[in-house]
Amino acid sequence: MAGLAASFGSGAMTNSISEFSKAKCIFVIGSNTTETHPIISLQIKKAVKYNGAKLIVADPRRIDLIDFADVWMRHKSGTDVALFNGMMHVILKEGLADEEFIKERTEKFDELKAVVDKYTPEYASEITGVPAEDIIEAARIYASAENSSIAYAMGITQHTCGVDNVRSSANLAMVTGNMGKEGTGVNPLRGQNNVQGACDMGALNAVYTGYQKVTLPAVKEKFEKAWGVEGLSDKPGYTVTSSFAAVEEGKVKGMFIMGENPMVSDPNTGHIEHCLKALDFLVVQDIFLTPTAQLADVVLPAATFAEKEGTFTNTERRVLKVRQAINPIGNSKPDWKILCEIATCCGYPMDYANAEEIFEEIASVTPSYGGISYDRIEETGGLAWPCPTKDHPGTKFLHKGKFARGLGEFKGIEWKAPAENPDDAYPLILSTGRSLFHYHTGSMTRRAKALDEYLPKNRVEINPAKAAELGIANGEQVKISTRRGEVVTEAYVTERVPEHTIFLLFHFEEAAANRLTNNALDPVCGIPEYKACAAKIEKIS
Amino acid sequence: MINLTIDGKQVQAESGMTILQAAKANGIEIPTFCYDPALSKAGACRICVVEVEGARLLAAACVAPIYEGMVVHTNSEKVQKSRRINLELLWANHNQDCLTCEKAGECKLQELCYKYGVTESRFEGKKRNLPIFDDNPFYIRDYNKCINCGKCIRACQEIQINETYDFVDRGFNTHPDTAYRVDLMAKESPCVFCGNCVAVCPTGALTSKINRGTFRTWEVEKKVKTTCTYCGCGCGLELNVIGNKVVRVTPDLSGTTPNEHGALCTKGRFGFDFINREDRLTNPLIKENGKFRKASWEEALDLIASKLKGIADVNGGNSLMFLSSARTTNEENYLMQKLSRAVFKTNNVDHCARL
Amino acid sequence: MNYIETDGVKIVLRNFGKIDPLKVEEYVARGGYESLKKALTAMTPEAVIEEVKASGLRGRGGAGFPTGLKWSFTKKDADQKYIVCNADEGEPGTAKDRLIMTGDPHGLIEGMAIAGYAIGATKGFIYCRGEYTTSINTLNHAINQARENGFLGENLFGTDFTFNLEVRSGAGAYVCGEETALIESIEGHRGMPRFKPPFPGGAGLWGKPTVVNNVETLANVPVILDKGADWYKSIGTEKSAGTKIFILCGNLRNTGALELPFGMTVREVMETYGGGLLTGRDLQMVHLGGAASGIMPPALIDTPLTYEDLQAVGQGLGSGVILAIDDQKDFMSYICSNTHFFEHESCGKCTPCREGTARINEILHRIAAGDGTLEDLDNLKDLGEMMQISALCGLGQAAPTPVLTSLEHFMDKYVEAVSGKKNEVNEEAVATEAIHKSYYEAAPIKLD
Repeated sequence: MAGLAASFGSGAMTNSISEFSKAKCIFVIGSNTTETHPIISLQIKKAVKYNGAKLIVADPRRIDLIDFADVWMRHKSGTDVALFNGMMHVILKEGLADEEFIKERTEKFDELKAVVDKYTPEYASEITGVPAEDIIEAARIYASAENSSIAYAMGITQHTCGVDNVRSSANLAMVTGNMGKEGTGVNPLRGQNNVQGACDMGALNAVYTGYQKVTLPAVKEKFEKAWGVEGLSDKPGYTVTSSFAAVEEGKVKGMFIMGENPMVSDPNTGHIEHCLKALDFLVVQDIFLTPTAQLADVVLPAATFAEKEGTFTNTERRVLKVRQAINPIGNSKPDWKILCEIATCCGYPMDYANAEEIFEEIASVTPSYGGISYDRIEETGGLAWPCPTKDHPGTKFLHKGKFARGLGEFKGIEWKAPAENPDDAYPLILSTGRSLFHYHTGSMTRRAKALDEYLPKNRVEINPAKAAELGIANGEQVKISTRRGEVVTEAYVTERVPEHTIFLLFHFEEAAANRLTNNALDPVCGIPEYKACAAKIEKIS
Repeated sequence: MINLTIDGKQVQAESGMTILQAAKANGIEIPTFCYDPALSKAGACRICVVEVEGARLLAAACVAPIYEGMVVHTNSEKVQKSRRINLELLWANHNQDCLTCEKAGECKLQELCYKYGVTESRFEGKKRNLPIFDDNPFYIRDYNKCINCGKCIRACQEIQINETYDFVDRGFNTHPDTAYRVDLMAKESPCVFCGNCVAVCPTGALTSKINRGTFRTWEVEKKVKTTCTYCGCGCGLELNVIGNKVVRVTPDLSGTTPNEHGALCTKGRFGFDFINREDRLTNPLIKENGKFRKASWEEALDLIASKLKGIADVNGGNSLMFLSSARTTNEENYLMQKLSRAVFKTNNVDHCARL
Repeated sequence: MNYIETDGVKIVLRNFGKIDPLKVEEYVARGGYESLKKALTAMTPEAVIEEVKASGLRGRGGAGFPTGLKWSFTKKDADQKYIVCNADEGEPGTAKDRLIMTGDPHGLIEGMAIAGYAIGATKGFIYCRGEYTTSINTLNHAINQARENGFLGENLFGTDFTFNLEVRSGAGAYVCGEETALIESIEGHRGMPRFKPPFPGGAGLWGKPTVVNNVETLANVPVILDKGADWYKSIGTEKSAGTKIFILCGNLRNTGALELPFGMTVREVMETYGGGLLTGRDLQMVHLGGAASGIMPPALIDTPLTYEDLQAVGQGLGSGVILAIDDQKDFMSYICSNTHFFEHESCGKCTPCREGTARINEILHRIAAGDGTLEDLDNLKDLGEMMQISALCGLGQAAPTPVLTSLEHFMDKYVEAVSGKKNEVNEEAVATEAIHKSYYEAAPIKLD
């Protein structure tokens, strides 16, 4: 998100889901869309099958979307920047750039040009492993289509160079003028139901709601007034990942975790466990006794989405209603009620009668949500921010006519290798991700009968050539190890992965991929490098 | 606008509309099986036939375009007779186990046989007699109840943009099946178990396995429209409730949700039963000597308040970390950051956006 | 199959037996491709359509729709249009198109090129019955020759008209003779008919405006342009212009195909060219026009073989097959073989045909076995009439015709069958290929 915010001034999906079906070219990179965003993939597939759209897919794995692709670039994990630069080199060389857009709407183009200059298709091919002619063809298709859209997900961001990757995608879109129009844009597909909303709500270490910076005095003052308090901090706090380091250093002693499961979702599980155990006091609020909750001093039973009112903001920035279907199970309570009670017990009374009252307060302090209300959501089915006033229809796509930051900012970016590269001891690249049939840490889907019956255990994807070399047969037990830990699971021999890569799902606590992953972080946004670390795999005889 | 007469009523409808659409726009219902506004047209079931003056044949209302001066009878003796025979034909080739059928109460065949007084068929004889395919954890295929409307095939091709099904065999034996009749779980099967086919099936041919045999369709007390809890797509769906239990998920067809045509994926449609799982946390737990014990809310909240305040008093608010959640609502995320910032004066609040 | 020579004028079989079909030069020597040249160099597409309209040519596939009118209904503005030849000759007993394709392939190719020019199609497909291997091979050979000699391809006769032709074949489904099912099959889909409208002239093959014409229809076209509409119209009757290939089969002394001007009666053709029935046999019925046409009682055989006269007595010309059935053939066995055929050939798309053909066949077998009731006869009538007006395509609409017309003309035989008389049902006679056997038993027609 930091990457897009820097390039455009707003870090969210620029265009809406339905616009994919109207694009004439879609470039999907680092998103296994059919599995991680199944419903968005329908729009992409529809564009290809029924609207004559061209599809370019860049992914080291042979994901299902490739069945629909015109060009598939099987680039090496962690070489996205070189791929983007190679494409832009072709576009500039062949005069396919949108000169007028660059001139009118952007700045620092020369900086980009200087860097991209050396990324000939041949040079990019050397780094990425993608044939030069494929890079050329992809560049031509993307640049020549009437409207081209980029979609990406964690395959781009979960790298130490995640922000570089994102900014590269923004560069590509701006070079060709594919911004601020229907069916274009740079579209990060957000992974969780309300990850967009959590960001919008200021559940981030440096911003209040609507990305209002904690460091700005005016903002601080505004919130002090709205909340009736004094002395709000103007220093950014810890991120999730940095907070664990702070625990180790003894700076953080108490932790309150609501609806998260870092014991399965966070990198280098061994390290996480050590940190959580080191805390003086840990509260976990969840719907099940997750591996994280088991380490808590106090566990609070929360209600599921079916048991409460509220709103989710989906990946296209659209605020959608969550409606209560049943009463909270047992003595569980909706998270918002629990938070109110804790605040009240701590001497700061929060006495909202219902979720709607909270939303009204959100709208009053958040300009981009200012025109949204429960009534309007009921009427429209959901409004996309920015929606500053009661009569504003919401915003289908961003940056029309003008970027949120004024001019779009190019940034010349050199390709950098991942933090940890294969070596003699750990000769393979381990990448992790999701399956269609499970969700995140599996605490819900592993308890959904049909889903768990379909996919009851983890398995590691390994290329047939590599499997043959190591004497591993399909279905055999194997041990995967990295410098952080080891996991025993079943081998799934498949062409889906390239020869030097293995792929593991992270939904399974009993074969947790994150025992293996590297907690090396992107220096800007702090995202861990899930998509590439060095590993080895051995047959267990 | 086109002027036409439907059932003796002078009406107007937009040019390009079918008879079915024009009738609907003017409050006249025509029965359908194979028609679905979300799918391409088939014109195959012929239950929607109507009489058009001057035409030798009955017209399938779902596909026949209207024209100026058209005179349509949607329920003439001829039309009713054709529909009754149509239903008799379907009924004769149907495994008639309505007593125990999962679909009873929502079955379109049942509904229309009732409406047209078809209590038995003059055309009883052989039946298709196909095996019931129970080859996956999500849904069952019983083509002995299939009326060949083909909506499952079109939903797979046009909504899911997949190609799991097509018709196999021909004539009387025609029915949908997979290519080369492989099992749905077979490696060659492209099925991703989205269940969009199950959602459009008008009869008991395709039925969900979740909570099968535990409730009748008419027992559903309410269908609550809400937003899916899984990925970031934000799909609208309906939670079907009996008592305090979510018994199934049905599509939200209001047309205003991000998921076009109410399409869902396998998690959204079949992955809701965690809600009423027995191992849900139902009471606060406090750990004592390494073991959890049940506690009252009061006790748990007091403990939390005193511990958090205690740590903050000694080490400052910055010694606390608040992990909010991309799984909870906006309102809850808002309160979480407000709790950390307003109560403990720290910006140590974050969530798993990066994971 | 036997070709029966006649004295009269020949149009579509004018070259049959007179040229080597594998030699384009022999076709050219008899004036071949002159009509195409005339059309391209001396006529506008509209003029070609007008000429065909004026000739009174009607579709020879069975429905008898005026050809020129069909062409004129083709959507004008389109980036691509197609002309498709229906050569899926699936009508039992019918082998007329095969005579043209194997005996004079260039006559068809020339007709298609002219039709393509008239409607603005640059690409044509001949959808040929898969079992017709000789026809397919002959056509492919002829298409190559035509291309090499400048009768197909780009800039024909120095004009800017381009026309290419391709042969496609089906896998043996009667329904693929239905034009929209045929189109689906060419597109690579399962052969199931589409609903109409849109008609192919508006949206056909791959959604583009398409004209589908029968082989015999198209083979008439070069002659119409060569000799003119007036000449053509002078042959046959006022409403049935030109000639028709008829196929005589069943219990006649002579069987085979022959080209005749419209207008002779059924009796005249059977007696003059078919040699009448075997000595001592009486005519039981005539099944005229193919499996989906009406059953004609002896009382109607003095009806002239024209579209209008047959229609007036509730019958149809169909594909032109004339199946004579004498009194030795078991009535119910014949009807059952017919209903069995339709149950087998229903594509299964629409309810009335899929379920209806099976139930008609079931009821008739019950009746034939002596287990029928009078109610069964009412039910047959109800069901048949419902199918006629409610089925999706011509197959389902026409499938009950033999049953309904025989109920009308042979009620006594049905009443006898349901009145307790136990028939010996000849199971062999109702086997899958029985209907073909009925047609071929007197003089077996071998498929090539």
